[in-house]
Amino acid sequence: MLIKKPSDIKPSEITPESVYLQRRRLLQNAGLGLGAMLLPRLGLAAMEVDSPVKAIRRYTGEKPGQMTAPDWLQHKVAQARPGRFGAEESVTPWDIVTTHNNFYEFGTDKSDPAENARNFITNPWQVEIAGHAEITGRFNLEDILKPHDLEERIYRLRCVEAWSMVVPWVGFPLADLIKRFRPSSRAKFVRFETLYDPQQMPGQRSRFAALNYPYQEGLRIDEAMNELAFLGVGIYGNAMPPQNGAPLRLVVPWKYGFKSIKSIVKIEFLERRPVGSWERSNSKEYGFYANVNPEVSHPRWSQASERRLPTSIFASNRRSTELFNGYQAEVAHLYAGMNLRNDY
Amino acid sequence: MTTRFVSIRFASILKPVVFFLILMPGIVLVWQVYLAANGQSNSLGADPGKSVVQFNGDWALRSLLLTLAVTPLRQMTGWAELARIRRMLGLFAFFYATLHFIAYLALMLEFRFDDLGAEIVQRPYMLVGFLALCCLVPLALTSNQWMIRRLKQRWRRLHQWVYVIAVLQIAHVLWLTRSDYTEPLLYSAVLAVLMGYRVLKYSQRQAATRRS
Repeated sequence: MLIKKPSDIKPSEITPESVYLQRRRLLQNAGLGLGAMLLPRLGLAAMEVDSPVKAIRRYTGEKPGQMTAPDWLQHKVAQARPGRFGAEESVTPWDIVTTHNNFYEFGTDKSDPAENARNFITNPWQVEIAGHAEITGRFNLEDILKPHDLEERIYRLRCVEAWSMVVPWVGFPLADLIKRFRPSSRAKFVRFETLYDPQQMPGQRSRFAALNYPYQEGLRIDEAMNELAFLGVGIYGNAMPPQNGAPLRLVVPWKYGFKSIKSIVKIEFLERRPVGSWERSNSKEYGFYANVNPEVSHPRWSQASERRLPTSIFASNRRSTELFNGYQAEVAHLYAGMNLRNDY
Repeated sequence: MTTRFVSIRFASILKPVVFFLILMPGIVLVWQVYLAANGQSNSLGADPGKSVVQFNGDWALRSLLLTLAVTPLRQMTGWAELARIRRMLGLFAFFYATLHFIAYLALMLEFRFDDLGAEIVQRPYMLVGFLALCCLVPLALTSNQWMIRRLKQRWRRLHQWVYVIAVLQIAHVLWLTRSDYTEPLLYSAVLAVLMGYRVLKYSQRQAATRRS
């Protein structure tokens, strides 16, 4: 297995998309041809060391249907600082991140969640901590978040459907939360559960849905304690939009998107491995690990490449998929000795 | 007298009206692609190529089911003029299915033909969809008056393949569905009704021949 160096690119070094596009346009306009392709890298390094960006990415435009987040949460998210993890690519624009969602509780079309989750009530919100831990019970979201300073992490998100995005999340490490509740030695797995509320979630009322609700997902405890595992409460410096999994969601960037469960109401420490909702619906197609892996095809399509959103009508923006979504350095050791073809 | 007059008047505009209606999705799509290509806001979303492919696929199946609804409707209403739109609807089913395939080839695969081969061999739903399109080709080619006259009895037999094509197309949709089966099950139900009607008619005809 190829072990890469950890990506030591700070979010502050990432080129904002507008600048990136401007540069490209400049080059194109200048008509410098192939030789010029080498130039932007040099220019980029010089430019960004001189002017490091201290603030996190903040979207300030119009936000339809985002009124459900309480002020204290908006405020807390706005105070997040840039974190350690960045991606080398430009981030996916806000409009795309908030309108292209797989959140089947709110409909199966990509645009359904943005439409149907508009008035999703996420305040008040409680999270139950259960299972093999010293501290258990139901907690208000405010108490769940209180001790944690929020940071921004820019992660790649690779969907099992072979498209991907780059998202500036705001949140805190899952490990920090887990430690607070002091799981016992019997806690070998963590199970997460999404809200079940058919009144608010039309997808849960569908008679022909392949998924059983409430949606659930799980991680091995060492996966959950890995530095990359993140609990998101916002994107782009704003409280999490409902369609992206408000108010609290998991972000595990080395796994296919469906593992990153949304709108969490329960976190449970278990001795035995839980079964995820997709795994339950079709275990041949969706495994427990669901690690991004270009070598292991989904039975119905190849995972060797992905379309990075936004695609344009005449360019599918296809790129090769990387093992563990490019996070080998951080997570490969978790799966040492395992056959990733069997434990997909 | 009046009803007959109305029916004749209506029959003369039936074909252009249906032609325009079934072409509408195509016109809407061209408009949306134009907007997308010019960077203006459109309904194709973040993954426009995939939306275009899906849109044409949806309308290919819908047109085919409409084609299959013509004969039962004509027999139930006794309105013979309906027969005039059957070929047109069938050709539209072929039109949208072809666009669906070309859009997939151009926008998703970007003309990497070796990938196409691999996809068709490895993915059963791709194979099934491709077969459905292949079967549509001879039907489209023999849909003209000249071929109907030339093939005589064999024309009927050949065009009964349309039932196989409908089943293949629905299998294609069911197979690639990930979660919500509502829409493909709806199509299946429509096809089941249309086929059930034919089976019923057939058995009635058989019974009638036995009696006589």
